[in-house]
Amino acid sequence: MLHESELNSIKGKVTCDSSLLAYPRQLCRSDITPPITRKRKAAEVDNDPLPKAATKAHGPRHATSDRPALSKHSSAATEITDNRASPASSASQKKRDLVTPATTTASMDSDDDFMSDVSSQDDFGMQASDNDSLGEDFGDLDAGFDDKDIFGHKRKPYEVEFKVLDPPDIENEQLGQVNEVCAILGLPPESAAILLRFGRWNKEKLIESYMEHPEKTLEDAGLGTNFEGTAKTETVPGFMCDICCEDGDDLETYAMRCGHRFCVDCYRHYLGQKIKEEGEAARIQCPGDGCNRIVDSKSLDLLVTDDLKERYRELLTRTYVDDKENLRWCPAPNCKYAVDCGVKNRDLHRIVPTVHCFCKHEFCFGCSLSDHQPTPCTLVKMWLQKCEDDSETANWISANTKECPRCMSTIEKNGGCNHMTCRKCKHEFCWMCMGLWSEHGTSWYNCNRYEEKSGSDARSAQAKSRSFLERYLHYYNRYANHEQSAKLDKDLYLKTEKKMTSLQSSSGLSWIEVQFLDTASQALQQCRQTLKWTYAFAFYLARNNLTEIFEDNQKDLEMAVESLSEMFEKPVSELAELKVDILDKTAYCTKRRVILLSDTAENLKNGEWSFNVEW
Amino acid sequence: MGSQKRIAKELTELTESPPAGIMVELADEANLYEWKVHMEGPEKSPFHNGKFLVKLSLPTEYPFKPPTVSFATKIYHPNVTNDDKGSMCLGMLRADEWKPSSKISAVLQFARQLLAEPMPDDAVEGRIAEQYKNDRARYEEVAREWTRKHAC
Repeated sequence: MLHESELNSIKGKVTCDSSLLAYPRQLCRSDITPPITRKRKAAEVDNDPLPKAATKAHGPRHATSDRPALSKHSSAATEITDNRASPASSASQKKRDLVTPATTTASMDSDDDFMSDVSSQDDFGMQASDNDSLGEDFGDLDAGFDDKDIFGHKRKPYEVEFKVLDPPDIENEQLGQVNEVCAILGLPPESAAILLRFGRWNKEKLIESYMEHPEKTLEDAGLGTNFEGTAKTETVPGFMCDICCEDGDDLETYAMRCGHRFCVDCYRHYLGQKIKEEGEAARIQCPGDGCNRIVDSKSLDLLVTDDLKERYRELLTRTYVDDKENLRWCPAPNCKYAVDCGVKNRDLHRIVPTVHCFCKHEFCFGCSLSDHQPTPCTLVKMWLQKCEDDSETANWISANTKECPRCMSTIEKNGGCNHMTCRKCKHEFCWMCMGLWSEHGTSWYNCNRYEEKSGSDARSAQAKSRSFLERYLHYYNRYANHEQSAKLDKDLYLKTEKKMTSLQSSSGLSWIEVQFLDTASQALQQCRQTLKWTYAFAFYLARNNLTEIFEDNQKDLEMAVESLSEMFEKPVSELAELKVDILDKTAYCTKRRVILLSDTAENLKNGEWSFNVEW
Repeated sequence: MGSQKRIAKELTELTESPPAGIMVELADEANLYEWKVHMEGPEKSPFHNGKFLVKLSLPTEYPFKPPTVSFATKIYHPNVTNDDKGSMCLGMLRADEWKPSSKISAVLQFARQLLAEPMPDDAVEGRIAEQYKNDRARYEEVAREWTRKHAC
């Protein structure tokens, strides 16, 4: 086995730091609200697998604190992988701090002149504006996915820029856009909100369509053109409610600007049912028959109780995130955060956008599945589908069946003679040599005709299909093995806490000193996750000169992981002595993972891989 | 809520000035929520001369929840299920389209209109819808046959 340092020099060529300085960061993201920054830092520190190395690397980041939740590993790993990274990063760190909104505009201008108006509007100090420029349908102009943005310095080639938002952030984002539209179009905020929701938050398109056909746009959005009057309930002499048929001069009534007037009780009941039972918020229409006017938030606030208002806002936020292409809810159970990321669906064949939620869940922004680096979403879907179809039965099929030489139907021989007749295509053949039965002459039941042409053709076809299956099983078994091992490692992780406690008492180490086990365990999980998906990736990979490097990287990571996993299982009494080894091995695993992922992502981005399937 | 008052009012209106071809009564005098509707097949439809018994059920949350309409008389129609339920699928009766101020009278008139002009794209009986679109003559023949057999 090679020594680790030797390996480094061999694999040095696949690290990518040298290319990182070439691109100045283009997006200014320094306007995150303070609460997030605080939370994020806390999360990062918790997560960091290498506390010591990380402390150093965190230095410049804390000073500026403008990084949207970096990968857990990036800082620590950079520290180890490449010494040049430190001075380099602090230099360009400064550069980045100098980026102003004006530069943002300028950079977007260069993408496309059409963006200039739009993005300069964005720069009017709106807190949320920064995010939308990423996520609008205008993104066709590639504002969101730009090599320079996604592969900016300090970020590994497989990492993407993203930001985690909590519900108040999301509400503020909405509010920012509502205020903006309301200032531009001169509409009341509650109407601007309805307009925006109708236009799925595509401000620019909306404003354009409003400028062209104001009345039609308002009508389509369920707003109407009349903005007179304030929302208040009143009593109307001689009124009868069309819903409950109650009348009385002292009946409190309400009507929106469409003039459909109902008693407050009915209105309230109607809204309550829509919100609570039907989960509707953005598209609640006037209760009037055939009226498509949308109930605005002002009317709603006037009529319903506080808990319903709360629910209403929740539902609006949900619709907002669902509507925006650049937002996605964290799929972890009970997680309240959403992630903002500029990677578009059409970019997914070039990049695997793994994001990290504050809740510590790592998932793919493209498909919401758990982190599946380095395999692109489409291949992941194909693989999972294939596994679902194949793996349970594949082994059995391989062991017990053959394919009909003509129609390739899978056939199980359940006893009897060697004269097979395919039930599907009626082909008659010999089970032993797979040759035509008609060529068998009299040597029935005792096949010795190995040299026949038809037989050898059939056997080679058979061998081919068998080898497909074997190839699949090769990758599947390794994939499944890492999945299984990750589970076992996880069980171990649950015992780690206990281990650490006993280690503290038996070895006299302090709590902080035994954290290395926690770190090691997390690194192990992550590496296994990656390894698992490298096998799915490799299954679809067609051989070229890059696959060898990939397989070497895979092998190195695998060896490192297995040896770390082994150390981890040592009795508690020996763990204290192994601390340095475990720390080293953990760092090494993490680094190997970074190298493998960087290399794979770089090639994916540049279209260097060839695949044996269309996708 | 005033649902009883509203239902009583609608019932009175429908009894006093019934829409063309529609006659309503309560299935049980003590229960405002179950109605029997006698519907005449519209002229110029294969259901002409047929008398169809339609059941109209009002949920307790009426008028905030929509009523349901079903044909007790068997009918050959793309929008009515060909089973013992005879459910009719009406767009305006879907929970998200129903408005509390919509009226039963409108529902029934709409249902009768549907007999004259089926909506094959919203069909519950795909086969009948197919036939309605591709072989109108045969559809009308069967529908007339069924009307004679079940609704006369």
